[in-house]
Amino acid sequence: MDLLKILAIIGSGALLVVVIELIRRGRLKERYSLLWLLAGAVLLVLSSSRGILEYVSRMVGIFYPPSFLFLIAFLFLLLITLHFSVVLSSLSERSKKLAQELALVREELRNIKKTGLDNGK
Amino acid sequence: MKILIIVPAFNEEASLPGVLRDLREQMPSADVLVVNDGSVDSTSRTARDRGVKVVDLPFNLGIGGAVQTGYLYAAHQGYDVAVQFDGDGQHLGTEIEKLLKPLEEGVAEIVIGSRFLVPGAYKAPLFRTVGIWIFSVVLSRILSTAVTDSTSGFRAANRKAIEFFARMYPDDYPEVEALVLAHKAELRMTEVPVAMRERTGGKSSITPVRSVYYMTKVLMAIFIDLLKKVR
Repeated sequence: MDLLKILAIIGSGALLVVVIELIRRGRLKERYSLLWLLAGAVLLVLSSSRGILEYVSRMVGIFYPPSFLFLIAFLFLLLITLHFSVVLSSLSERSKKLAQELALVREELRNIKKTGLDNGK
Repeated sequence: MKILIIVPAFNEEASLPGVLRDLREQMPSADVLVVNDGSVDSTSRTARDRGVKVVDLPFNLGIGGAVQTGYLYAAHQGYDVAVQFDGDGQHLGTEIEKLLKPLEEGVAEIVIGSRFLVPGAYKAPLFRTVGIWIFSVVLSRILSTAVTDSTSGFRAANRKAIEFFARMYPDDYPEVEALVLAHKAELRMTEVPVAMRERTGGKSSITPVRSVYYMTKVLMAIFIDLLKKVR
């Protein structure tokens, strides 16, 4: 076993362990962990079996198998950051809606309190 | 006809008393709603002391989010017409009637008050004039109606437009983008000439370099809006 392979296995294995541990402790929501888990699993399979890695890289025309590993990791990162941007956009839209609704409801409450007091007089 | 005048205000304690007095004198039958966009000064109290409706946003949303809050209010409370009126004192209460006329005649859902339809009434620096001209050419083409003052925040909307803006209102460059979205939603718009006051307080932050940068961003936003699905 060459050093690169060992490093790759340790790296992707560690990624999986960290992600699973974060989910277990409730620090990472399952919804946001799926892409990470998938990335860890795919990288682990590709780095532990030279056969599969070589076969798939040949298929797409890459003759240095480790660079295929980098490509996959890079694509996953791209996907994950894009996913974050989508989530971020929906969160900012939601926080805007909440702020607006809160402001309107607070004004309504204020009016109810005021008319309530007037009626009591 | 129930009319709501939406006044977005971010730290406008200095100009607000004048604005609200102007509105009370010129439009006594209309309701006024000040949308306090997370001001850190006494904007909210200044407005409340003068007996107008006030909603306080818990943090600063920017002009788009503030104006949309006004449209949400108008939609909830059943107003027939909403008028956008800046809190900084550049708009004039006497001009509001001009905005309402096309709505009453039913020729448009949205009316924009334009500074530039009165020749020579408004002087802007050269680079600004060029920028405004480019916007008006691009937008007039897209909207298939002449728009000379696309960044004007002095507008009126009827019930149909109120409901649309309550659902969907842009955040980044709201004045310009709202027109593109409204056009996609098949709302008709028209411009009327109005007088505006030159800005009294504060200094414009626009420099030639910034205005080119700003224009590029707005043009990009316009083209993205064209791709958007409207609800």
